[in-house]
Amino acid sequence: MKLMMNNGCIKPPQIIILIFLAVLLGLAYFLKMDLAGLFNESLIKLVMNGVLVLSLIPMLNAGAGMNFGLPVGITGGLIGMCIAVNFRLAGWPGFFMSLLLSVAICGILGWIYGLILNRVKGREEIAGTFIGLSLIPLMNYFWTLAPFQNRQMLYPIGGQGLRPKITLEPYFYNILDNFSLVKLGPLEIPLGLLGFYGLICLGLYLFFRTKAGRAAMATGENEAFARLSGIDIAGARLLAIILSTVIAGIGICVYSQSYGFIQLYDAPLAMYFPAISAVLIGGSNGRRAFIFQAALGAYLLQTIYLLTVPIANEILVPEITEILRTLITYSIILYALLYRERQRGSGHEN
Amino acid sequence: MKINAQDYKFFNIEIVVPIVFLLLSFGAWQFSGLSGAFVLNQVIIRFIRDGILVLSLVIPVVAGMGLNFAVIVGAMCTQAALLFVINYQVAGVAGILLVIFLSIIFSLLAGLAIGYVLNRVKGKEMIVTIIIGFLANSIYQLVFLVGFGTFIPVINEEIILSRGIGVRNAVDLSMYRNTIDKLWLFKIGEIEFPLFMILVVLLFAGMIYYLLNTRFGQEIKAVGSSHEKAEIAGINVDLIRIKALILSTVLAALGQLVFLQNIGMFDVYTAHMNADVISCAALLAGGASIKSAKIRHALIGVFLFHTLFIVSPQAGQNLFHNAALGEYFRSFVAYGTIAFALIVNIKHEDKRLVVSPPL
Repeated sequence: MKLMMNNGCIKPPQIIILIFLAVLLGLAYFLKMDLAGLFNESLIKLVMNGVLVLSLIPMLNAGAGMNFGLPVGITGGLIGMCIAVNFRLAGWPGFFMSLLLSVAICGILGWIYGLILNRVKGREEIAGTFIGLSLIPLMNYFWTLAPFQNRQMLYPIGGQGLRPKITLEPYFYNILDNFSLVKLGPLEIPLGLLGFYGLICLGLYLFFRTKAGRAAMATGENEAFARLSGIDIAGARLLAIILSTVIAGIGICVYSQSYGFIQLYDAPLAMYFPAISAVLIGGSNGRRAFIFQAALGAYLLQTIYLLTVPIANEILVPEITEILRTLITYSIILYALLYRERQRGSGHEN
Repeated sequence: MKINAQDYKFFNIEIVVPIVFLLLSFGAWQFSGLSGAFVLNQVIIRFIRDGILVLSLVIPVVAGMGLNFAVIVGAMCTQAALLFVINYQVAGVAGILLVIFLSIIFSLLAGLAIGYVLNRVKGKEMIVTIIIGFLANSIYQLVFLVGFGTFIPVINEEIILSRGIGVRNAVDLSMYRNTIDKLWLFKIGEIEFPLFMILVVLLFAGMIYYLLNTRFGQEIKAVGSSHEKAEIAGINVDLIRIKALILSTVLAALGQLVFLQNIGMFDVYTAHMNADVISCAALLAGGASIKSAKIRHALIGVFLFHTLFIVSPQAGQNLFHNAALGEYFRSFVAYGTIAFALIVNIKHEDKRLVVSPPL
């Protein structure tokens, strides 16, 4: 709360979201839903999606804008997991191997992505969107043609090409979720999962305390000033973009182990808008973001998603949840874009 | 602008991109094994369907606003008008006229709103139009999937889902289908020329060409090259930009109307979905950039892009024994063209900024 106050008080999106959440909670209470169960699930959802939300922070703070090219990082993570599953690595070795491979692949992808984004400085968002969108069909080729051997990953008929949904049941399904799960009455607190999330938060926090992190931060705050103080702008941005991509890769590994499936093909397209709107709901102004804001935003957004499903099932039209979700997501991103530009543009417009 | 054009004479996007598309489509056509007459017929049909939508993108580019991904909103305006008219069961010529009238009204209002929004985000129009498109799609779904049958009275039960709320996924337009497509149909060998519709598309092209050469068009060009200079010349920059966007949205709405009547089936929730990306990619394929677009780019682009679009699934089937690969290739070409144009153009923009004083 304190951080949010410092950052120019609570803005309309947060008020709307909080009211919406309160209404949903009230409804959930009156519909006699299992509130403890919902709380347990909300913690898992927080981490499941929260790492992807965290991945946006380095790029935002380095002045490279909201990462609409999140599919780049997600793709790297998916390749890592697919390789681990291909060699039938189960349990912890499988999960760690996935993480390791994801980090390596995302490092390379992030480096290329960063080089491209450095060429289109100031227009990263639109360029990132289309880099992500054109990477998806390219990767579809990879998923179809790559020589994976594990029969459980391939289409049952024909045996060519990976399935759109690969089950992780025999490998590392819920491995983090169930790691040191503490039960307090009806509440289940996934300490291992939260610990993992905390570790990534801590890592990010420490990164912004290092020299390289400070340089990235300064670049985002005032590029001209940073250049004058001798900071290598392109290098700082490149580092931040690589870091963002790597965390996105880790994020999709965490997501998949919770969800139980590796989702390939067009699935990454459904992930980047919710992640971006989460960091904005947390109170980021679209130009800077704190770790706290990312965590808060992810929690609020995921709790709303969680609550809307059973409530909408009680109403006649089940599609309304999905529509409301997208409506919230896009309105918040649009609002942030408008608000941010007005702040920046107010100087020369008047 | 003239100096700029000379600088890149040897690697001119305007010539290189269409040639690449020509080679790609020719290669894919060779592998597809489709007959030339079939491909040409299909391309002519696509030219009629998508021509006006692609043309609608030209004016915002000239006005310096980049690719207007919000043409999808214009498309949705037409679909909304169509659904309302079908709901109130206005048939025949009166129905068609009412659809045209309503879609122009809706798209006028939408264009006004989008133009107003875009004036607040100068320099970042493209990403904002993308988000506006998605947001409008959510609102559209809310109105037609939830609104119909709850707060909008249903008169025509045929278009409503069996639960009584929401419009069906597909609405038949057979009463309007191909009413004007078959006018003045000429046949030369196996190739069919629906001359009337080709003339309609060319008429729109001519109108935009004429418009860009009037005083209003000169003002749009001035705004597109520099806001400051335009303002010094006494042009109301914001107003011109709003007008350009309204024109674009209305044209997109009319384009979607032609598109739908040609197809004759109306997928309520998906018919508009890729209208923006495909039209933008087609415009760029013709040699336009996000900084400059001419009518000829739109007309050439539709031909080149849709040729590739028609032959690539079959080529994928023949080359890899998997039609899905051709499908992926199609979407890669659509998105990749736009990504490429963005990366190349923004780099050039940077170089220009160094020469001229910063904005």
